[in-house]
Amino acid sequence: MEMTRREMLVKSGKFILLTSAAAAAWDYVLAGKAEAAPNYDMTKHWWAMVIDPEKCIGCGNCVRACETENDVPEGYFRTWIERYHVDDWDMEHPQVDSPNGGHDGFPEKYHDGGKTFFVPKMCNHCADSPCTQVCPVGATFITPDGVVLIDPKYCLGCRYCIQACPYGCRFFNPKTNTADKCTLCYHRITQGLTTACCEACPTQARVLADLKNPKDPIHAFLRTHSVQVLKPQMATHAKVFYKNLDGSVR
Amino acid sequence: MGTLLHGVEGYMYPNEVELQWSVLIVLYPYITGLVAGAFILASLERVFKVEAVKPTYRLALLVALAFLLVAPLPLQLHLGHPERSFEMYLTPHRSSAMAMFGFVYLWYLMIVLLMEIWLDYRKNIVEWAETGTGLKRWIYRILTLGSRNVSAAALRVDDRVGYFITLIGVPSAFLLHGYVGFIFGSIKANPWWSTPLMPVVFIFSAMVSGIAAVLLLYMLTSKLRRTPIDMRCVDTIGRYLLYTFVIDFSLEMLDLVHRLYEADESLRALDFMVHTRLFFSQVILQIFIGTLLPIALLGLTQIVKLSEGARKAIYVAAGSVTMISIFAMRWNVVIGGQLFSKSFLGYTSYKMAFATREGLLPAIILVLLPFLILYVLVKLLPPWPKREAAV
Repeated sequence: MEMTRREMLVKSGKFILLTSAAAAAWDYVLAGKAEAAPNYDMTKHWWAMVIDPEKCIGCGNCVRACETENDVPEGYFRTWIERYHVDDWDMEHPQVDSPNGGHDGFPEKYHDGGKTFFVPKMCNHCADSPCTQVCPVGATFITPDGVVLIDPKYCLGCRYCIQACPYGCRFFNPKTNTADKCTLCYHRITQGLTTACCEACPTQARVLADLKNPKDPIHAFLRTHSVQVLKPQMATHAKVFYKNLDGSVR
Repeated sequence: MGTLLHGVEGYMYPNEVELQWSVLIVLYPYITGLVAGAFILASLERVFKVEAVKPTYRLALLVALAFLLVAPLPLQLHLGHPERSFEMYLTPHRSSAMAMFGFVYLWYLMIVLLMEIWLDYRKNIVEWAETGTGLKRWIYRILTLGSRNVSAAALRVDDRVGYFITLIGVPSAFLLHGYVGFIFGSIKANPWWSTPLMPVVFIFSAMVSGIAAVLLLYMLTSKLRRTPIDMRCVDTIGRYLLYTFVIDFSLEMLDLVHRLYEADESLRALDFMVHTRLFFSQVILQIFIGTLLPIALLGLTQIVKLSEGARKAIYVAAGSVTMISIFAMRWNVVIGGQLFSKSFLGYTSYKMAFATREGLLPAIILVLLPFLILYVLVKLLPPWPKREAAV
């Protein structure tokens, strides 16, 4: 069959248009529906967390709750607890341990001299996060409500972000072959719940806070207490605030 | 401190125990360094009119190409999702130094290296397309890209354009490798990496390794082809190797002295690491055997009048330990930067597997692969006059 140039162009135009429409439709089917959070407006929140090391008893409830809630692979941690032991004359050289991330609590170790305390750790959801800066494809990003997330369907698994995090909060998830970290239980907080770790903490050593909510008690707390972030010299605008943090903590 | 458990000493943040970047990421800067260094040596002849190194000009370009073709492979093998790597081209994240990789690589491969090689060989390719037989004839016909004009005027244009490409090729080679240094140097979380000197040190060490590689390959191919080694050429290359090595070593020492004098919070941890886990690879291999020894040997050729045989032996020895030294330097940067905790309270170990995806075996294959590619390239595009090509 003879085909004029015009017919050929029209036909190929239709072909290209229709196949892309079909591809778009297929993508739509595959993507499914976003998890509904009908009453949630991400522009109205700016999430943070307050941690009080003096209240932490090192029970490991938060680590276990996080593991269960988020399917964290064994040996990796979205949150963990450190035990510090500091001799009164040697603040520069604390002894630190975190057996299995504090998952199973801490066996007695220090009996005399110095001070011993627990420090829960997690992603600091930095406002100027070095991890999102270095991602080559933007698979990790800061949400408008201030949470640092990773898109596991987009992450290349290059692990540059893990290197860039000053706090050791990221790990390479061997199940997904992508970078992984605390999501601040985004699936929960957008539904009006608190994070799994906060919910499981028996002493309220960690409390979720919304800096954009004028009624959140965090404002009064920040005004009336001495607070510190980890490694302030990194200038990452970390949003996990520690109450009366000891100078030996790093 | 002092408790040894699973290769961990002191305290590491729990997610830090496992190293993220393996021997494959050591190979990546090593290979791109060879590319940049070989290209810069080639440009000596073309741009800086150092006529003595002419016998290595084409060989250096082919070496650069062979290694450049392999450069992305260790990265691909390392990625958790290599099938997504193309996203770097489609949706590059502008604030990421790594996102530049694809573009710098493509620029260097397509615009600089392939163009320069093609322009330089074009006259020969047209010749071979006419005189060749069988499959080779077809390959050369395709390589002409349809351009058979080898008139004097056309060749003059080739030469001008080639010169211009080499001119932009030199900063491009700096970019290709300087940017790899920037990837490490810009990580403020890691004091072992974080220094603005890193890209500069990477560039000079790249030149050192590239020059040494071409020097060795030139001497080896001359031996295989049973043609005499052009002593004026190797003497000149040896001299440039010495100069760049001295600059490279001075920069690294500047970095060291600066760290020691400034003595910030990380010094104690890094100093301990250099004296223990990195002692062999850094102090013994990189500094003493890999740097001071070749500098002394090459320096000797400048001070004392030595026989041809002695000079050749020195170039082979100095070139060989240089190759080891620069590999050790990449190792100490990449692996060393992950052996200490960002809490500065502990150390972990790197356990290299053998026949795994990121193990020693794929690393060895990736080191040998460029030589195989180079063999094919040399057969296809002989870098020396044809009558000598027949061994």
